[in-house]
Amino acid sequence: MKDFLPFVIANYNYWISMILMLIGMYGMIAKDNLFKKIIGMSIFQSAIILFYISLSVKKDGSVPILKYEDMGYMAVINVADYDNPLPHVLMLTAIVVGVAILGVALAVLQKVHHVHGTVEEDKILESMRE
Amino acid sequence: MIENHLPVIVILAPLIASLTIGLLVRGSAALSSFILIVALICSFLASCSLLFGVMESGVAVHYFMGNWQPPFGIELVVDHLSSMVLVLVSGCALLTAVYSLPEVCRELPDRTHHYYSLYALLVSGLLGIVSSGDVFNLYVLLEISALASYALLAGGRGLAYISTFKYIMVGTIGASFYLFGVAYIYIKTGSLNIADLGVMLAAPELTESISIKIGFVLIIIGVWVKMAFFPLHGWLPNAYTYASSTTSCLIAPLMTKVSVYIMIRLMFTVFSADYIFQTLEYGAIVMAMACAAILFGSISALAQKDLKRMLCYIVIAEIGYMVGGVWMADGTGFTGAVYHILADAVMTLCMFMVIGAVIHTTDKSSLDAMRGIFRKMPITGVVFLIGAFALIGVPPTCGFFSKWFLLSGAMATEQWFFAGSLIISSLINAVIFFRLIEIGFFPSFKEGESGDHHEVVVVKEAPVAMLVPMVITATLLLLIGIYAGEISSNLIRWTIPAGL
Repeated sequence: MKDFLPFVIANYNYWISMILMLIGMYGMIAKDNLFKKIIGMSIFQSAIILFYISLSVKKDGSVPILKYEDMGYMAVINVADYDNPLPHVLMLTAIVVGVAILGVALAVLQKVHHVHGTVEEDKILESMRE
Repeated sequence: MIENHLPVIVILAPLIASLTIGLLVRGSAALSSFILIVALICSFLASCSLLFGVMESGVAVHYFMGNWQPPFGIELVVDHLSSMVLVLVSGCALLTAVYSLPEVCRELPDRTHHYYSLYALLVSGLLGIVSSGDVFNLYVLLEISALASYALLAGGRGLAYISTFKYIMVGTIGASFYLFGVAYIYIKTGSLNIADLGVMLAAPELTESISIKIGFVLIIIGVWVKMAFFPLHGWLPNAYTYASSTTSCLIAPLMTKVSVYIMIRLMFTVFSADYIFQTLEYGAIVMAMACAAILFGSISALAQKDLKRMLCYIVIAEIGYMVGGVWMADGTGFTGAVYHILADAVMTLCMFMVIGAVIHTTDKSSLDAMRGIFRKMPITGVVFLIGAFALIGVPPTCGFFSKWFLLSGAMATEQWFFAGSLIISSLINAVIFFRLIEIGFFPSFKEGESGDHHEVVVVKEAPVAMLVPMVITATLLLLIGIYAGEISSNLIRWTIPAGL
């Protein structure tokens, strides 16, 4: 227990994205309302996006724009001074993908409501059995 | 000049076609299908020329997008395995595009341009997955093809919506798991390029790392969800059954095979055979799952009364064949798995095309729709016979040779359960298809009719646009079977990874 608390605090970004991911997973599995399932899916994706973003942060790191003020191009670039820009760029793409999936899911859900008259999964299953 | 750009032409041709059809063509079925077919022909010819180039020179073609050198830039890599799958995907897509004309005009008369735009987008995504040399780029292309397939599958109307909704949920979880696994590997290596990762992950301190192990498991589970491997297959039968028949023709053979390709690429190029079979030792569990997939898929197929749903369960069983062949840790088994990607895509395509033609002419999809098919639709009947023989594994169709390779591999590595499951599955396929052949040969027998009464049979074949691709597919089944030796010694032998 003595070692556990520092372990949690030191890796708090990982814990937060894990908890978010589990909340999303719970929403997708346990909720009967299909709309809540979509929200769960969105939380699940956001957890992974936060996970990536938290990787790029460095202690005392700055925005990844090179500082040229003193020596111009001859300046020695110290990588540890800058946050890693790559995960941000990757997640920009992943956010776009996530939005597209959300849009398609909502459009399909609208059609489900149109056909079955409800978005509650148990009622839809009931009507399919009849 | 242009031959340097072949890898990107393969992907760009359908992508440009998709945008052109979606944005510029309004409502003209003939024009949109013409643009699609021209683009797919370009893509197919470029893939063929890449395949012959790679086979002649024996080295992979690397294409740097925007001339940025890897590992910083995004790279397209076409080697023996990917060029084979490229030809397969573009060829199947081309055949299905021709086949889909009459059916799409009938089912979606006012929406043909939407359909063909999504169709081209899906093919472009699949071709991109196959030639991509970057794990994150692969994720994006996986989602592009998945999004296009969600929209296409939901085009089936009625119950298709709810089953597509479930597919969206499950497919997104699969892709997210993949992305999450890539994050673990990125933390440890700082690279996303497949070749670069392969070099870095061979280092001893990384093969011991628990993060890499978790990353591998997450990635593999994500890919399994996408390919509907046994315990994760729940979304497949409903999604493919309620879709329109041309959509299932396109998606059922290609989506799952491309996922198997991703699994092979990640297992043996990003990770290595030594890492997977010596360090991890999950082989026995995965082989048990593959056996379960084969038995479950075959037995469920036997219980189905709907033709399309029956084929969907056969697809699940076939995925078990391929995963088993890859995880067997044997060169012959691997040959069988890669050969089966080729054979199974064409077999599934052939059977879905036949069933689509039957539905097109009879408007029924129950087993009863096959009644008297050999008299009413003789050409479709013959194509069905060849496809059924290939799925059972009768020589000289290709199904026999893939089962032969897989069985020899199973014997060599003493995987008796897998060998047994393969044989049982072939027998069940024989029962399923001989039952259908019996229904097909004998016309309906009504009580009270005298024996010498001859019914006048009207020959009502499917349209020519459907028949030509069907006959080509059936011929391919025979050709792939007859040239099995050449294919395995000239092509598949080069894809076997080091250490198998």
